[in-house]
Amino acid sequence: MKLTELANPTRFLSYAGRLLPWLAGATALALAVGLTQAMLAPDDYQQGATVKIMFVHVPNAWLAMFVWGVMSVASLGTLVWRHPLADVAAKTAAPIGAAFTFLALVTGSLWGRPMWGTYWEWDARLTSMLVLFLMYLGLIALWRAVEDPSRAARAAAVLTLVGAINLPIIKFSVDWWNTLHQPASVMRMGGSALDKAFLIPLLVTAVGFSLLFLTLHLAAMRNEILRRRVRSLQMMQASRAEAA
Amino acid sequence: MFGKYADFIVSSYAATAIVVLLLIGWVVLDYRKQKARLRDLEASGAVRRSGRSATDH
Repeated sequence: MKLTELANPTRFLSYAGRLLPWLAGATALALAVGLTQAMLAPDDYQQGATVKIMFVHVPNAWLAMFVWGVMSVASLGTLVWRHPLADVAAKTAAPIGAAFTFLALVTGSLWGRPMWGTYWEWDARLTSMLVLFLMYLGLIALWRAVEDPSRAARAAAVLTLVGAINLPIIKFSVDWWNTLHQPASVMRMGGSALDKAFLIPLLVTAVGFSLLFLTLHLAAMRNEILRRRVRSLQMMQASRAEAA
Repeated sequence: MFGKYADFIVSSYAATAIVVLLLIGWVVLDYRKQKARLRDLEASGAVRRSGRSATDH
């Protein structure tokens, strides 16, 4: 299957309809296995039972950034290749990305209180994640403010690509500045610093949340294509009524 | 089960579950809404440029 084949919305709907039940099943299975492993993981020698929060906080934080990355690639698709489904992909990923970012902030805050003694600190990692959340909300507002999807798509694509500057800032904030947030312990030079007892459940839950994103994104893209079909049919009906 | 940190751990998982359920509800309800709108349009005689049914994939 080529990317150009998916440029046809009807073909995309057909593929999505066939894929979604399998993706939903794989998501449920991966999350069930990952979260069971997470519950059975031992307490950390320093953080005690609060280490359990890591299994939801870290995948949400990874996906918060990954989804913006997906939107950035889709924005290139809109501006450079003019792929008909690129703006559909970008628009529908934004609310899902906002939800993951919100969860990363909330679970991070709930982990921070017992470990740092505070729910919130204006340090580089936390602040740059909050900026990411606000950028998601800004993009959603932009999509809602402009009625014509193709006009909204170009403005949103530019904003998304400018906003991508925040991704390396989030990733390297813990190295560039002195922050309360710990440095990277999974994706780092020299391998993971996590013990297998924590690393394996973390990776399985991360796969589960990634599959969840894929499932929700595909379903939301299908809805957006149907919404545009409704819009074009309504416009055709209105122009016919005007001509009659 | 989680000792003195139970409130923080349970709240984290509960928040995640609520937001994930809201996302699932959003895509399922939106799908039903768009399909219903397409069915209404088809009933009122609207036809796609290709001539295919409005609800056809």
